[in-house]
Amino acid sequence: MSAIAVEGLVKRWDGHAAVDGVSFAVPEASLTVLLGPSGCGKSTILRLIAGLETATDGTVTIGGRDVTRLDPAKRGVSMVFQSYALFPHLSVAENILFGLKVRRVTKAERVRRLETAARMVGLDSVLERKPASLSGGQRQRVALARTIVAEQPVCLMDEPLSNLDAKLRAEMRDEIRRLQRALGLTMVYVTHDQTEAMTMADAVVLLNAGRIEQQGPPPLLYERPATAFAARFIGQPPMNLLRGPTPGTLLGVRPEDVALNGSGRPARVEALDYLGAETLLRLSLDGEEIIARAPGRAAPQPGDAVRIAWPAEAEHHFEDTGIRRDGGQT
Amino acid sequence: MRHVIGWLLLTPAAILLIAFTYWPIGATVADSLFSRGNPIRPSRFIGLENYALMADDPIFWQVLWNNALFALGTIPASITLALLMALMVNRALPGRALARMAFFTPTILPMIAVANIWLFFYTPDIGLIDQIAGLVGLPGHNWLGDPDTVLGAIIVMTVWKEAGFFMIFYLAALQTIPPELWEAARLEGAARWTYFRRILFPLLMPTTLFVLINAILNSFKLVDHLFILTKGGPDNASNLLLYYIFETAFSFFDTTYAATLTVVLLALLAVLSLVQYGVLDKRIHYR
Repeated sequence: MSAIAVEGLVKRWDGHAAVDGVSFAVPEASLTVLLGPSGCGKSTILRLIAGLETATDGTVTIGGRDVTRLDPAKRGVSMVFQSYALFPHLSVAENILFGLKVRRVTKAERVRRLETAARMVGLDSVLERKPASLSGGQRQRVALARTIVAEQPVCLMDEPLSNLDAKLRAEMRDEIRRLQRALGLTMVYVTHDQTEAMTMADAVVLLNAGRIEQQGPPPLLYERPATAFAARFIGQPPMNLLRGPTPGTLLGVRPEDVALNGSGRPARVEALDYLGAETLLRLSLDGEEIIARAPGRAAPQPGDAVRIAWPAEAEHHFEDTGIRRDGGQT
Repeated sequence: MRHVIGWLLLTPAAILLIAFTYWPIGATVADSLFSRGNPIRPSRFIGLENYALMADDPIFWQVLWNNALFALGTIPASITLALLMALMVNRALPGRALARMAFFTPTILPMIAVANIWLFFYTPDIGLIDQIAGLVGLPGHNWLGDPDTVLGAIIVMTVWKEAGFFMIFYLAALQTIPPELWEAARLEGAARWTYFRRILFPLLMPTTLFVLINAILNSFKLVDHLFILTKGGPDNASNLLLYYIFETAFSFFDTTYAATLTVVLLALLAVLSLVQYGVLDKRIHYR
C-alpha cells in the first residue's frame, strides 16, 4: 500500500533542469538509496516526493495514488532533514509529539507512541531536555523518533548522517536499517556516501546531473557498472579506466583485480598507500595511472619495475560516451 | 594588582556613566526635595511637598493618562505592524527590495521632518486627508485642533514612524530561522497559523522583547513631534509626560517641580524594565 513510483519526473528552475526525466520504483517496505555527487538532483527528487517542491513534469505515486499535486501533509510521508529541523524552543518530548498534536491524536495515544519511540531509539532519559543540550547523535535520534511516532508508511531521509562523526555514522546506519525493517517502512534515503548506499540499500539509484546513470541492487552496480561514471563513482579506490584496445573505447579494471605477477605487462611503481590490511599501489602503465590493491604490506618500493595482469572476465568495456559496450542494464 | 588594573579599565566607562547618568539622577532626586527659589526667597528643603503638589496637579494626571493612552495606542500597533511587514518582505515577492526600503523609509527621516509631513496630512480642508475625504463627500475636520482626535492623530503618525524600524529587527531574526522548520511542520500537517503560533512566534520572542523595550522607551521619550504639531494642546489633550517636564522647566521655569516630574518618569521606566527583564526574560528561549 505504500510502494512509490516516480515516472518521468522533471524539475526545472529558470530553464535549468535539476531533475531531468527520472523514473524509478520503490517496492513496499524496502529501502532505496538515491546516490550521487552534490548537485545531481537527489535531494530535489526527495523533496518532490515529499511535496516540498512542485514537479515541472512527471508523476509521483504512493500506494497507487497519484500524489504529484497533493499537499505534503496528505501524502503519508515523514521526513528526516539533514539539519534534523528540530524546534529549538521545545523539549525533546514536545518535538517528537508536535505532529501528533497538530493532527489531534488523543493524549493517551500520544503517550503510548512517545514511550514506544523513545524506547526504540534510546531517548528515555532526555525527554525533558532542549535540543541544544543534546549531542549530534541524540538530535539525530529525536528526528528518527519524530518519524516513528508519525506512523506514516513512507519515510524520506535527506543525508541524515552527514553531520555525525564516522563512528556514530556506522552505528546510526545499522539503527536506521533496523528501524526500517522492524517498522516495515518504505524508505527513500538520499546520500552522497557510497558506503551508506552499499551497506543499507535494497536498491540504489545512481544519479548524475539530474539523470539516472544506473539503478539496481548494490552488487549489480559494483559488478556490472552500466556507465563509466558508475564505474568511477562506486568503489574505493574507484575503478581504473584505461585507453581501450580499440580507439574510442575505455577499458575498466577494479584495483583488486590487478595482480602483480611475473608474466604480465610491465609497469612502474610510482607510490604506495599503506592502509594496514592492504596496500594501494599507484603504478604507471604505458603513461597511464593504474591502481592495484595488494593484501597486507606490499613488497615493491616506489621506482621498482613490476609486471601486472588481470583476468579477461574482470574487464569492463565502455564507449568513450561512457556507455557499457556489452549492454549494461541501466 | 590585577584588580587595580581591572578598576582602571573600568574607569573611562564609569566616569561617563557617573557624570551623565548617575550624578544627574541623584541631583534630580535632590532637587525635587527643595522649593523653587527666587531672588527674594532662596530655595529651601521642603521634603515631599513637591510630590504632594504634584498629586493635586490635574494636568499631571491628565498628562500621565495621555501617556498611558499613547503607549497603549503605539506599542501593540507598531509591533504587530512591524511583524506583519517583516513576514511579508521575508518571502520571495516581486519588488521585495523596494518594499523593504519603502517600509524602512520613515525610520531614516528625523522626527521633526515626519511631523512636518503629517502636519500637511492633517491640516484642515487643504490637508491630504481632508482633500481625499472631500472627494468622497465627507466634511473637513480639524484633526489636530479637536481634543477628541488629536491624540489619535499623533498615535497614528508615531506607529507609521516606528513600525519600519522594528520591522528591520524582525526581518533580521526571521532570516536566522532555518526554512526546514516550516517544511518539517508542514509535513506534519501544521497550517501556517499553527506554525506561526507554536514555532515562529516563540522563536521571535527575544526580538519581541527587545522591540517592546524600545517601543516602551520611545512612548515616553518621543516628543519632538509635539513641538511641531500641537505643543501639547489643545487644552493639554496631546500633552505627554516628557513634554510637560520640558514645559515646566523651560517655559514656566519651575525647575524643582520639573525635577519632581522627572523622578516619576525615571521611576516608571525603572519599574517597566524590572518587569521586562525580571519576568519576561525567564520565559523566553534564547539560542
